[in-house]
Amino acid sequence: MSLQNATSSSNEPVIRCESVYKIFGDNAESLLKKANGAVDAAKFKEAGCIVGVNNASFDIHAGELLIIMGLSGSGKSTLLRCISRLTDATAGKIIIEGDDILEMNNKQLIELRRNKMGMVFQNFALLPHKTVLENIAFPLQVKGMSTSDSINRAMEMVTLVDLSGREDYYPRQLSGGQQQRVGIARSLAIEPDIWFLDEPFSALDPLIRKEMQDEFLRLQNTLHKTILFVTHDFDEALRLADRIAIMKDGVIEQLDTPANIVLNPATEYVRKFTEEVPREKVLKIEAVMDAANADDTMGELSVNANAIIETVAEAILNSATPVRVVDDAGQTVGSITAAKIVHVLFGDHAASQSETTS
Amino acid sequence: MIDTFMQKKYLQFIALLVIFILLIQTIGPAENNLLWRLPPLISAFPLWINDSIGYLMFEWWPIEVYDPDIEEFEDKPLVSQVTRMMSGFILFMIEFIRELMLGGAKTIVTFSGWDWATANPWAKLPGVPWTVIAGGSAILGYALGGRGLALLAGLSMTYIALFGQWEPAMQTLSFVLVAAPVSVFIGLMFGIWAFKSKTVEAVLNPLLNMAQIIPHFSYLIPVMVFFGIGDHAGAIATVIFATPPMVRLTLLGLKKLGPEVAESGMMSGCNNWQLLTKVLVPTARRDILIGVNQVIMQCLAMVVLASLIGAKGLGIDLLIALNGLKIGVATEIGICIVLIAIMLDRVSLAWANKQTDYFSDLSFIEKHKYSLMFAAVFVVSIILAYVGQFIFPAGFNYLSIVPHNKGISIAPLLQSGVDWIWDTFFFTLKGFNEWLILSVLMPIKAAYLGTPVVAVFTLVMGVGLIVGGIRVALTVGSFLLFIALTEWWDRALITAYLMSVSVIVSGLIGIVVGTLCAQNAKSTRFILTYCDTFQTFPSFIYLIPVMMLFGITDTAVIFAIIVYASIPALRYTVEGLLSVPESLQDAGTMAGVSRVQRWLSIELPMSFPHIALGLNQTVVFALSMVIIGAMIGTDDLGQLILGSLSDRNGVGNGLILGICVACIGLAIDQILRTWANQRKAALGLN
Repeated sequence: MSLQNATSSSNEPVIRCESVYKIFGDNAESLLKKANGAVDAAKFKEAGCIVGVNNASFDIHAGELLIIMGLSGSGKSTLLRCISRLTDATAGKIIIEGDDILEMNNKQLIELRRNKMGMVFQNFALLPHKTVLENIAFPLQVKGMSTSDSINRAMEMVTLVDLSGREDYYPRQLSGGQQQRVGIARSLAIEPDIWFLDEPFSALDPLIRKEMQDEFLRLQNTLHKTILFVTHDFDEALRLADRIAIMKDGVIEQLDTPANIVLNPATEYVRKFTEEVPREKVLKIEAVMDAANADDTMGELSVNANAIIETVAEAILNSATPVRVVDDAGQTVGSITAAKIVHVLFGDHAASQSETTS
Repeated sequence: MIDTFMQKKYLQFIALLVIFILLIQTIGPAENNLLWRLPPLISAFPLWINDSIGYLMFEWWPIEVYDPDIEEFEDKPLVSQVTRMMSGFILFMIEFIRELMLGGAKTIVTFSGWDWATANPWAKLPGVPWTVIAGGSAILGYALGGRGLALLAGLSMTYIALFGQWEPAMQTLSFVLVAAPVSVFIGLMFGIWAFKSKTVEAVLNPLLNMAQIIPHFSYLIPVMVFFGIGDHAGAIATVIFATPPMVRLTLLGLKKLGPEVAESGMMSGCNNWQLLTKVLVPTARRDILIGVNQVIMQCLAMVVLASLIGAKGLGIDLLIALNGLKIGVATEIGICIVLIAIMLDRVSLAWANKQTDYFSDLSFIEKHKYSLMFAAVFVVSIILAYVGQFIFPAGFNYLSIVPHNKGISIAPLLQSGVDWIWDTFFFTLKGFNEWLILSVLMPIKAAYLGTPVVAVFTLVMGVGLIVGGIRVALTVGSFLLFIALTEWWDRALITAYLMSVSVIVSGLIGIVVGTLCAQNAKSTRFILTYCDTFQTFPSFIYLIPVMMLFGITDTAVIFAIIVYASIPALRYTVEGLLSVPESLQDAGTMAGVSRVQRWLSIELPMSFPHIALGLNQTVVFALSMVIIGAMIGTDDLGQLILGSLSDRNGVGNGLILGICVACIGLAIDQILRTWANQRKAALGLN
């Protein structure tokens, strides 16, 4: 535990990707060398190669939840698999806690996975011949932990994901949501620092999906893992992420916080996603507030900077004066007016109208 | 004009047919005309094979071996020593299992010597009473499949015991119990290897295709040369024959898993060995166990043929009975083989489909109830057998073993039934038989033999060209060329004649009866059960009833083939029709189609790719039956293969003949498969 704290306290990123390329095809490496960094997917396709990931560079810091969002074929799952080294990246560096995993041999890789990584899969990928408990204990057992210790630990995990009473069921006897709870428990059994989730909730019904997202947030609030989460669902990404990377054709189009992506889409492609997003459900007060100004006459009412706009909109709209915005410690960090909220709720047009009439 | 011709396939087929007929009309039989027959350029192949095998067995790489008889070291060739060791090991295993079941001293002699065994007459394995094995089978059936299976297994074994076939049946079983695990093990290894390496898969695939079509007889000959004659040789031939489906199903099962399962194992931190043994193989359990089921079925299919190279058991008895035309006895033995086959098939299938159940709070008795039941049966049976000693006359302890041919027998009854059929219907049957041979089969056969080689090539390669383009045409052409350059082209034509006549009839039966049966759920279930049951019959069994009716003629062979080969045609037709999506059926109903319209314009086109694959299987089944038909006298390739079995230098001939048969099958397979795949792609299936 002390080691983990040491790494998280330093500013060193937990995962760092530097110019990662993944190109499928027989002569991928030579083509990539020739291209000299400027990879054109169409040209590569003519040469019989498919570009999976095109020059991805980013950092993930300890305790951060980064979501890779993209439609099918965008290369999001490929990028995740490069970082977990389920596939070998064609070029680039993937540094996990200081070590380049592309340089690792099989033995080091297995050690890394046994101690630092956990992964959840879209279609659960549970072992059909093992019970819930045995599935969860599996990563511990392949590591060499004794049966009784691993089963005890697995029991704790069963309680953590709320499956008590079903530990002796087989996967086929569980619903989709329950199966994914087992998948989550299995991936967390070894207490990994890094948690990969590959479209974990995509195979579930919408209602169950919502429930599982809440469950996931609850877990993350207590566990604070470093997370790489892949999804094709933009709403899911907005709901969960600290930062979102939007991918298209292997390229990361934009990597930013949900608020910034909604407010300032970097490309036309990203804008199309954000168009339909109800901002008040995504943005926090801090994203739209004005800087604190001593001249402001603020009322008794105050709102938390981290509050989602929708949850406090009514109160602000009912206030005649600007509303005080405070941080978790209660310090004033800014102010917000009803006009600002109207702007968020009804867009530019409504806001300008209201300004001229007032 | 040319455009329409290129687009309309039926115009191309008509043109092909016209050319074919013209070629037949213009080219007559002539000794030296290359268009009529090609010269046997590769007739020396078999000799080379014989020579190289002879060299390999008797000269290559001599090593020093101690010979205890002359108490000296001697130079002996390596290969023969290796095969001798293998034979010895396998023979030991077979003997051991056999003596557990029937009693004997050979196993103990192996470890001690004859002198010691004779001096200590108590030192021999006692055979377990038949009641233990029958009871054990019932318990196994109950554990895996419930009451019905328990009844089937228990009654089958009881039947075999009471009818006095226990000894040969156990001999057969002992040989299956050695051959099957070996095949499963080897198959599993190769399947995994092919899964791991694309190269291995690419090498194995054509070999597996070949192995499926090369006739069983052809395996027997090289095995005989390398391993001699006896139970071990039979077991080894069986292993060679039974392994390919295991490889195939292991590979299929592993490939079907999808990447996530392997990935989840890797992310759990498995090393390669853990990944294989704890994740991949258990997850592919069902397909692998279906492979085990296939292995067992293949082993039983070989029971009779293996007896040709000295395997003891039911097979040899059946062969002798058939040769003596003792249909009654043959039927009785045949029923035993079929019962064993059905029982093992159902039990192994039940095993494959059985999912592990978990009950956390079971008492000791509940957890071990099957073992306890078996223990009880064992003890009771031993006591009964012991008591039996005092009740029955010496040597006839029916509670321990019913001596061979001393049980109940219905053979005389069956025989008199057969005789009655002969007496009553003699003229009808004979008339029908003669009519069929003289006015149908002989003319067709003559037409086949009267076709010039160039016409055959044109027809087959032409079909290949129209269906699949130049590549397919060249592939099937090279298969034909191989046969044409051996000295056995005419024999191959006869094989093709027997095969094609029966495939056409079986195909028609399959499609028509299959369609009729697919009309409602009850008849569908009936026909699928029929297929399941009859598919488990070793092909040899089919010869019994047809010989009974038609004697030793082409008619008998063709009827056997038709019955046997219509099974896949039926099954695939029914399955194909059932696989037509419901939404399409609904769309048809809403468009107001009639029953016949639905069949012609929705069901048949949609299921045709599947039916084509069924026809492919029909061809494979038919070919294997044509060759086995040699046992009751045909004059095609099969007869020659059977002949080379008793020839000292038959290996080369046998192998090349086998490859000729395989070439016929592979050529048809190539065309049908290409066509089915094209239709599938056009219909957007899978």
